[in-house]
Amino acid sequence: MPVTLAEKIIAAHARVDAVVPGQIVVADVDVAIAQDGTGPLAIQQIRELGGGVAAPVVVFFIDHTAPAPRSELANAQATIRAFCRESGATLSDIEMGVCHQRVAESYAKPGDLIIGADSHTCTAGGLGAFATGMGSTDVAVGMTSGKTWLRVPETFRVEVTGAFAPGVSAKDLMLTLIGLLGADGATYKALEFGGSAVAALLVHERLTLANMAVEAGAKAGLFASDEVTKGFLREMGRESDWRPLAADAGAAYERTIAFDTGAIVPMVAAPHTVDNIFAAADKAGTRVDQVSIGTCTNGRLEDLRAAAAILEGRRRAPHTRLIVTPASQAIARAAAREGLLEVFIDAGATVTNPGCGSCFGVHQGILADGEVCVSTANRNFKGRMGNPAAFIYLASPATAAASAVAGEIVDPRQLLPAP
Amino acid sequence: MGVLRGTAWTFGDDVSTDHIAPGRLLHLRSDLSELAKHVMEDADPSFAAAMSRGDFIVGGRNFGLGSSREHAPRIIKIAGVGAVLAQSFARIFFRNAINVGLPLLQCDTSGIDQGDELEVDLESGDVRNVTKDSVVRFVPLPPVMVKILADGGLVGHIKKHGGFDLPEG
Repeated sequence: MPVTLAEKIIAAHARVDAVVPGQIVVADVDVAIAQDGTGPLAIQQIRELGGGVAAPVVVFFIDHTAPAPRSELANAQATIRAFCRESGATLSDIEMGVCHQRVAESYAKPGDLIIGADSHTCTAGGLGAFATGMGSTDVAVGMTSGKTWLRVPETFRVEVTGAFAPGVSAKDLMLTLIGLLGADGATYKALEFGGSAVAALLVHERLTLANMAVEAGAKAGLFASDEVTKGFLREMGRESDWRPLAADAGAAYERTIAFDTGAIVPMVAAPHTVDNIFAAADKAGTRVDQVSIGTCTNGRLEDLRAAAAILEGRRRAPHTRLIVTPASQAIARAAAREGLLEVFIDAGATVTNPGCGSCFGVHQGILADGEVCVSTANRNFKGRMGNPAAFIYLASPATAAASAVAGEIVDPRQLLPAP
Repeated sequence: MGVLRGTAWTFGDDVSTDHIAPGRLLHLRSDLSELAKHVMEDADPSFAAAMSRGDFIVGGRNFGLGSSREHAPRIIKIAGVGAVLAQSFARIFFRNAINVGLPLLQCDTSGIDQGDELEVDLESGDVRNVTKDSVVRFVPLPPVMVKILADGGLVGHIKKHGGFDLPEG
């Protein structure tokens, strides 16, 4: 029987010939991760279970509040470092960047089953892995036993055709999709992206789309592993990790949603839910106090290039702070070499170290009461950026950069450089 | 198991884990009884101080969306909330709540108002609204969740069985 990508990967890890949606399986875990916000509780549970680490790849990332902004968090990070030393788990310390970007760069392989104590673990689906977020206890069990339990999800197929217009990107497509599905429209489901345009989507775009699958409630977002995937892994120095992987023709999908990407326009998600979607043009004129560019959604090199293309030779509006946070050390290094960081600094940006930056609401750009932020992150929930009295709009790197220049939300197409 | 009694605190749709356990309080995650004093703070800052042990949190659709932070269901439990009732729950929150032994009841919450007195019979599946003199049924938990809950959460399950021992349905 033809199967979806999710069914194919889960069956292989459950060591059975086939699985059907709704079935409960116990599956082998290839990669298990946690971060500084969820890692200490996972470590406590591993100790409670009396175990070390058994999954093939176990990584703890210190990225959410890096470097530590207060003593309690410094102590939590020290706990993680000590556990990694004693257990043999891999440590990704404060200089390295956001866990999901680091997983894409160094750990995820097509066909892997990946669990992480962070809801955006689904990002690795951009490389053809079945990757899903869980809590600290589930991940602790996965780390220490090498296994997890899963309910095999039904799959929604997102069929993408056409090509993005200039100034429009994967973020705009994903915001459009989430607006259509609703914040719970894909709860328990896998979102499988396919169609003629998908072969042309580069890995950074696939990672952006997979990253936000959870914002529609989905368990995972998945892409086939193809020549584009192979090219990315080659660039990361691990082409041998590549293998081809695709859904079978004729696989059964619970629902199919079709998009012509050529018809997508720059979008924003208005406060306080990710499915509160508007065309950027419809929110034009909204005064902006801060723009944050970065995160596991849009902190990749191509995202920084898109922002720099708009900021080059321009400055932020006097009343609008601009914070740029590369997602990883490798991206920060490349951005420095390309001169992007200089463009940002000349535009009046505050460039921070790689990491989660202001997205998580603990440091590096907490908002004041009543302030409005345009962020390239994935969540605009009340209180998300450290202040429940502030307002967050989610947008693409191009829209965010253009809004920093204008000092208000704008459609970025009016600020695009001449082709 | 048995009958739970308490007062309803209503919160509406799309209550996120940022409402329940704000990220800005990350430094309190090493002291969950302290973090529990802030439970639901960004949805209703008065809730933690005003609620009584055994009271119910009543949501609408998609309760617990967002972050995977298990600290969210943990501090609801530590605060003494008897159960969370909602039309639907987000996936990761649902798993986390069962893993830590917090009862979640999926039912029609549209007729429950702030301050209603509720009686929940975990055996029969009835949610009785004493104030309104009405009854709704909650959707039974899937067998896999019943087993994990009965074993005292996921760590208890693994310890008891020496690994996973779950029904397939």
